[in-house]
Amino acid sequence: MTSLDHTSEIRSEGTDGTTVTPDRKPGQRDLSTIGFVLAGIAVVGLLVAPFYVYPVFIMSVLCFALFAIAFNLLLGYVGLLSFGHAAFFGGAAYFTAHAAKVWGWEPLSAILLGAGGAGLIGLLVGYLAIRRQGIYFAMVTLALSQMIFFIFLQAPFTHGEDGIQGVPRGYLLGIVNLNDPLNIYYFVLAIFLFGFFAVWRIVHSPFGHVLKAIRENENRTISLGYRVERYKLGAFVMSAAIAGLAGSTKAIVFQIATLTDVAWQMSGEVVLMTLLGGMGTIFGPAIGAALVVTMQHYFASMDFPVTVMIGIIFVLCVLLFRRGIVGEAIRLIRR
Amino acid sequence: MTMIFGIPLPALLGQLLIGFINGSFYALLSLGLAVIFGLLRVINFAHGAQYMLGAFTAYLVLAYTGLGFWPALIVAPLIVAMLSAVIERTMLSRLYDLDHLYGLLFTFGLALIIEGTFRYYFGAAGNPYPTPALLAGGTNLGFMFMPNYRGFVVVASLVICISTWLLIEKTRLGAYLRAATENPQLVQAFGVNVPLLLTLTYALGAGLAGLAGVLAAPIYQVSPLMGSNLIIIVFAVVVIGGMGSILGAIISGYMLGILEGLTKVFYPEASNIVVFVIMAIVLMIRPAGLFGKEA
Amino acid sequence: MIEAPGRPQGPALLEVRDLHGWYGESHVLHGVSLDLHEGETITLVGRNGAGKTTTLRAIMNLLPRREGSIRIAGADMMKVPVHRTAYSGIGYVPEERGIFATLTVSENLMLPPTVAPGGMTIEEIYDLFPNLAERRNSPGTKLSGGEQQMLAIARILRTGVKIILLDEPTEGLAPVIIQRIGDVLMELKKKGMTLLLVEQNFRFARKVADRFFLMEDGHILESFPTSELDARMDRLHEVVGV
Repeated sequence: MTSLDHTSEIRSEGTDGTTVTPDRKPGQRDLSTIGFVLAGIAVVGLLVAPFYVYPVFIMSVLCFALFAIAFNLLLGYVGLLSFGHAAFFGGAAYFTAHAAKVWGWEPLSAILLGAGGAGLIGLLVGYLAIRRQGIYFAMVTLALSQMIFFIFLQAPFTHGEDGIQGVPRGYLLGIVNLNDPLNIYYFVLAIFLFGFFAVWRIVHSPFGHVLKAIRENENRTISLGYRVERYKLGAFVMSAAIAGLAGSTKAIVFQIATLTDVAWQMSGEVVLMTLLGGMGTIFGPAIGAALVVTMQHYFASMDFPVTVMIGIIFVLCVLLFRRGIVGEAIRLIRR
Repeated sequence: MTMIFGIPLPALLGQLLIGFINGSFYALLSLGLAVIFGLLRVINFAHGAQYMLGAFTAYLVLAYTGLGFWPALIVAPLIVAMLSAVIERTMLSRLYDLDHLYGLLFTFGLALIIEGTFRYYFGAAGNPYPTPALLAGGTNLGFMFMPNYRGFVVVASLVICISTWLLIEKTRLGAYLRAATENPQLVQAFGVNVPLLLTLTYALGAGLAGLAGVLAAPIYQVSPLMGSNLIIIVFAVVVIGGMGSILGAIISGYMLGILEGLTKVFYPEASNIVVFVIMAIVLMIRPAGLFGKEA
Repeated sequence: MIEAPGRPQGPALLEVRDLHGWYGESHVLHGVSLDLHEGETITLVGRNGAGKTTTLRAIMNLLPRREGSIRIAGADMMKVPVHRTAYSGIGYVPEERGIFATLTVSENLMLPPTVAPGGMTIEEIYDLFPNLAERRNSPGTKLSGGEQQMLAIARILRTGVKIILLDEPTEGLAPVIIQRIGDVLMELKKKGMTLLLVEQNFRFARKVADRFFLMEDGHILESFPTSELDARMDRLHEVVGV
């Protein structure tokens, strides 16, 4: 099973080239403690952040961070690079926008519908894509998501180039007014934390351990009797659904769903966020997302084309910085 | 007027011709991708950008030096090939020992840089490029009217595809390439400069894309965006044909262009996605692709 | 440097001194030294994992990391890139034979570029290997093990090399084919080729080799001329474990 060259926290090489899962060394324990402490600080920070930083910006970061985290579930932990994740992100955005605006659903149900819809698309795409491995898998996901792009382009309910505009934020569960900036902020934060911990639980569950085993040695896992295709598909659907959760939430926050959300450039961006932050790490994708979103805002105000900036970061990361920020940090701590 | 399934014959044939032309470009581009993938195991996402570069080079050469289509047909692919050779030598070659996905990611970033830069300087709109005078006008074939340039494109693309196939399957250089695909270390031990071969292969693939770009300029207009949506359809074509297969790429390219054209006639709403639907079907029945070897 | 008495004097065609080799962190060759004179055939024997194949690969510069000294006809080979190594007149027939599946027999034969004058012509090769002549347009995959081995040797002969490294040429082959390969090697010796052979099957090796080198754990233990083989048989069994 090909897996990407990165220092995962879990693996180390034996001298004969086989991978070995180490016992809990002191270094590992330190890392987890640091992780928990940092997470705690981050949560506290996020709780007070809207009073210091423009909340819409943070919400944007949170949505993309969740998107990247969902993507990383597939890439970092199963070793599958999906180049078409925008289909789930943007698809969910469309479903949610339609439910909230046209059917008048309250936001949470609309969001859950979007996530569910994304999961369903994920089931269909995953079923086809899982048949191939490695780069072939990436190409297939790219092509299928482009097909979905065209379907959304032509479907009347999406209003094509205009997108679905004026999506109401509504009243959460009929009670909480999400037009209040603080209310919607904490709602989004709650969704983000839920998604984050969902992925964390998946990774650390028996299911997650099988996924890791598949990434490290698929043949051995098959010979142990595991229905590897089912696990991969399961992970794919979960990744799609959580990516959809991110997209749905974004649609409610920004009150719009457009073709940009399902375009292949969006798929590329989430890959970049994960690569930059550190694949296969818990915090990497979120940090990468924060950085990319911040940079996009910064460069958009300057006269510098954002696409070129993203391309340059991609190239630099692939050539020089494959472990990503968190990956490099872990390596430094481990020394 | 003759009708086929309720469509007038000239309209059907006109659409078929368009399909054949699109198919020519699909074939040329998937050929380049297959050549690069076969030896380097890199999915060259920058292929669309190289195609665009070829077209733009022709356009700029005309604008600044007055040199027209025929010189551009030689100059543009050469320039694209040389630039790509430099990129391969300095950057892409560092990634060969890693997981092949990094090649895809690198070329993806490269595509963004190239297209973003051109979009920044030239805007998103298309620029017209004149049809060469020699091929202006059209010929009445009796059952339809064929624009000469388009006929030329079809013939030219067939010639290029067949020549490339001959190069790879029948020449000594092609034998080096095929052998290096299987066992690069041993081929080097025999005395063949495989790193140079890799550079030349990438340059060849890029040059093919650039050449396609020049051919496309009079038909599709020259725009920074011309490569990026095309490349994904070409990916689908390559998946259908089988990733490493030159013949598969060529045949699938033409076939899918024609199928797309037919779909446009009989069921226009699906014409954008028919290639992907076929890809999905091929994946279910024959995951390795129609001409592919490995599963 | 362990030398055997009665060996030819004068400068060696292939001179290896204190060769160390690594696969990643793993130190696999420890100070291997040997001399190969023009027209000689020597053979490396040892059990699996002794470093015999690794030694050949190190000489061909196919190892990720190597240190020491390798000279061919006096010229230093250590800085020569892989794709220039053959041009010093050295050819390699690997253990896995390396017949290219997507090439025909004829294409396989023609593949290695000519590195020096004096190589055999196609006609001469087909005379030496008539069964290859019959199969010249078959794809490489359709050959039997013995035919592949012949082809692997034949294509090197075309290139004009003077030194040939052969890794386990008789492995997995039927006795009749082994006999044939032995005949071929004797022919090559008569033509003045210099051969470095790796062979588990020392009963075969003794028919063609002038000297034996014993290897274990990446070290050369000792060497002796073939004439002393019977006297050293116990030692051989001890080292090779057969």
